[in-house]
Amino acid sequence: MIGTIDIPLIWAFIIAFSVFVYVVMDGFDLGLGILFPLFPKKADRDVMMNSVAPVWDGNETWLVLGGGGLFAAFPLAYAVLMPALYTPMIAMLIGLVFRGVAFEFRWRSQRERNRWDTAFFGGSLLAALAQGIALGAILQGVHVEGRAYAGGWWDWLTPFSILTGVALIAGYCLLGATWLVMKTTGDLREKAYHLSWWLLFAMLGAIGTVSLATPFLDAEYARRWFAWPNILLTAPVPVAVAAVTALLLRSLANRQDYRPFFLALALFALSYAGLGISMYPYIVPRSITIWQAAAPHSSQVFMLVGVAVLVPIILAYTAWAYWVFRGKVDPESGYH
Amino acid sequence: MLDGLNAVDLARAQFAFTMSFHIIFPAFSIGLASYLAVLEALWLWTGREVFINLFHYWLKIFAIAFGMGVVSGVVMSYQFGTNWSAFSDKTGPVIGPLMAYEVLTAFFLEAGFLGVMLFGLKKVGPRLHFLATLMVAIGTLFSAFWILSANSWMQTPTGYAINAAGQFVAADWWKVIFNPSFPYRLVHMVLAAYLTTAFVVGAVGAFHLLRDSRREGARVMFSMAMWMATIVAPIQIIAGDQHGLNTLEHQPTKIMAMEGHFDSHPNGAPLILFGLPDMEAGKTKYAIEIPKLGSLILKHSLDAPLAGLDTVPRENWPPVPITFWSFRIMVGLGFLMMGLGLLSLWMRWRGRLYDSRLLHGFAMAMGPAGFIAVLAGWITTETGRQPFTVYGLLRTIDSASPLAAPAVASSLIAFVIVYFLLFTAGVVYILRLMAEPPHHGEEGPRGDTPSHAAGITPASGATMTQGRSAT
Repeated sequence: MIGTIDIPLIWAFIIAFSVFVYVVMDGFDLGLGILFPLFPKKADRDVMMNSVAPVWDGNETWLVLGGGGLFAAFPLAYAVLMPALYTPMIAMLIGLVFRGVAFEFRWRSQRERNRWDTAFFGGSLLAALAQGIALGAILQGVHVEGRAYAGGWWDWLTPFSILTGVALIAGYCLLGATWLVMKTTGDLREKAYHLSWWLLFAMLGAIGTVSLATPFLDAEYARRWFAWPNILLTAPVPVAVAAVTALLLRSLANRQDYRPFFLALALFALSYAGLGISMYPYIVPRSITIWQAAAPHSSQVFMLVGVAVLVPIILAYTAWAYWVFRGKVDPESGYH
Repeated sequence: MLDGLNAVDLARAQFAFTMSFHIIFPAFSIGLASYLAVLEALWLWTGREVFINLFHYWLKIFAIAFGMGVVSGVVMSYQFGTNWSAFSDKTGPVIGPLMAYEVLTAFFLEAGFLGVMLFGLKKVGPRLHFLATLMVAIGTLFSAFWILSANSWMQTPTGYAINAAGQFVAADWWKVIFNPSFPYRLVHMVLAAYLTTAFVVGAVGAFHLLRDSRREGARVMFSMAMWMATIVAPIQIIAGDQHGLNTLEHQPTKIMAMEGHFDSHPNGAPLILFGLPDMEAGKTKYAIEIPKLGSLILKHSLDAPLAGLDTVPRENWPPVPITFWSFRIMVGLGFLMMGLGLLSLWMRWRGRLYDSRLLHGFAMAMGPAGFIAVLAGWITTETGRQPFTVYGLLRTIDSASPLAAPAVASSLIAFVIVYFLLFTAGVVYILRLMAEPPHHGEEGPRGDTPSHAAGITPASGATMTQGRSAT
C-alpha cells in the first residue's frame, strides 16, 4: 500500500507486542510455578506466591488481548490456527485454570494446601509446555485449504514442537528464578541465584537447538537467515544474544539482585525478534500472510483508535500496580 | 455425514457447558464488585467499623469467585477459535472488535486494580484503595456492556454488510454496538447480576441472623440485601417484560417457543401457563391456559392476532420444550424474588426484619435463586435463537470448526472433569467462608497469617466507633 498507512502491518505489531508482553509477564509467573517442587518449604512457597499474586491476573489479560486481538484483527488466522492447535490450546487453557484457581484456593485450606500447590505446579508446567508446542507447531506450518485448517488433530505433535515446548519451559524457569532473585531475600534468594546459573545454560542450549533446527524446517527459513545480504540484518541477533549472556553471567556473579531479571527479559526479546524475522510476512507460516488474514479496514481502524488511546493508559496503571507492590516481599507477612 | 453432525453437537454441548459454568461467576462478581464499592464508600463516609468488616468479609469471597470467573473466561475467549472457527472467520470483523474493546476497557481495568483492591489497603491508604475498588466495579460493568453488545448483535444483527470472502463487516459501528436488543439485554442482565448478589448476601445474612439476631454485620447486610430485593425485583420484572416485547418484534420465533404457541391465533392468543410442548406433533399437550391473556401481555390487546410456529418453516424451529420450560423457571423465580422483597418490606414495617424466622428461612432458600434464574434466562435466549448463531443469517451447523468428533469429545470430557473438580472446591471454600459470621477486625484475603490490619481507619474517620463490634 503506497501512500497510505499499512494498517494490517501495524496490527501485526500490536498482536506481536501483546503476545510478547504476555510471554514476559506471565512467563515469570509460570516459571515460578514450575520451580515450586524445588522449594518444598511452606514459608518459601508463601513468599513465591505472594510475589506474583497481585499481578498475575493482569499478566494473563495480555493473553486474552493476544487471542482476542487475533480474532478481531486477523479472523482468518485465528480461525485456521485454533483448530490446528486444538489440543495444545485446550491443554494450555486447562493448565491455566488449575494454576489460576490455586492462587486463592491454597490460602483457604490448610489441609488441602499441598494439593493446590501441586495444581499450581502442574498447571504452570502444562501451560508452558503447551504454549511452546503451539509456537513450534506454528513455525513448522499448518495444512490450509481454502479458508480453513485441513490437517489432522495430531499434526502439531513433532520432535520440533516438543523441542520448542521444552525450550519455553527452560526460558520461563529462568525468568521465574531471576524474578525470585529480585523479589526475595535470605535462603530463598540464594537458592534462586544458584538455579539461575543452571537455567541460563539450559535456556541458551534451548535457544541454540531451536535456532539450529528451524532452518531445516524449510529452505525459506534458511535463506531468510543465512543468504546474502539478509545475513547483515540477521547476524546481529546472535551477537546480541552473546552480549546479553555475558552481562547476565556477570550480574549473577556480582549479585546484582535486579539486573538478572531484566537481562533475562532481554534474552526473550532477542529470541522473539528472531522468531519475527523467521515468520514475516506470514501470520500462518507459508500459507497466509498478514494482509490476507487482515480483517476489513473498518474493523482494524475502529480498534486501532481504542488501542492508541487505551493501551498507554493500561500500561500506566499496570506500572502503578507493580510500583505499589515493588521491592522485596516481606516473608513475615501474608500481606504485601 | 453422521461424524460431522456429532462434532457440531459436541461442540454445542461444550459451549453450553463451559458458558453456563462461566456465567455463574460474572453474574455474582458484577453485583459483588458494586456491593463492595458501596460498602467501602459507606465506611469512608461514616467511619463505622461494621462496613469495613463486611467489606473484608465479602472481599475474600470475591477473590475466589473472581478468580474462577477469570480462568473460565479465558477458556471462552479461545473457544470461538478452537470449536467455532467458521463462525470466527465470518463474524470476526464485527464481533472481534467488540470483544477487543471488552479486553481493553474492562479486563485490564479489573485485573490492573484487582491486586491493589485485594492486597493493597495498607500500602496505598483508604482513598486510593477505594479508587481501586471503584475501578474494578466499573470494569465489571464495562465488561457486561461489550459482551452483551456482541451477544445482542448475534441475536439482532444490524449495521453490517457482507464482503466478497463471505465475512460480516461493519457498515455502521454505532448500529452494530447499539443493535435493537442490546439496551434491553444490558439492563436485564445487569439487574440480574445485582439481584443474584443481593440474594446471596441476603441468604448469608439470614443464616447468621437465625443463629443470633443481634449480630450487627449480619443485620446490616441482610437489611441492604432486602432493600435491593424490594426495589430491584419489581424493576427487573418490568425490564424483562420490555425485553420480551423487543424480542417479539425482532425474534418472534423465540417468543413462540417461549409461549409454546405452535398454532396461530387470529383472534387473541391464550397464555399457556403449563403444558408439554411436543415438536413432532406440533402442539403443546395438556396445556393449562388463560384465554386471550397472551395477546394482552404481548400486544396489550385482548383480541390482537398472534402468529404461531405454524407460520415458520420447521427447519427454523428452535428446541421448543427447553425454551418453554427454562422461561417458566426464570419467570417463576422472578416473582418469588419479588415476593421475598415484599415480605421483607412488611416485616421491616412491623419491626420484625431481624427476628422473623419465616423471613430468614425464605431468604436462605432463595440464596441460589439468582444463579438459577440467570442460567434459565440465558438458556431461554440462547436456545430460542437456534438454529442460528447469527440470527437468520448464519446457521449453527455452518459455524463449527472442521474437527473430528473424538477431538471435541475428549476436550469436552476434560473440561467437565476439571470444572466439576474445581467448581466443587471453590463452592466449598466459599461456603466455608460464608459459614463464619463477619466479625470485629475482619481481615482481607490473606487472613491465615498474623496481620496488623485491624488498626486501619479511613482518612475521614472522625466518627470511628470501635465499640460497635460486629458480633
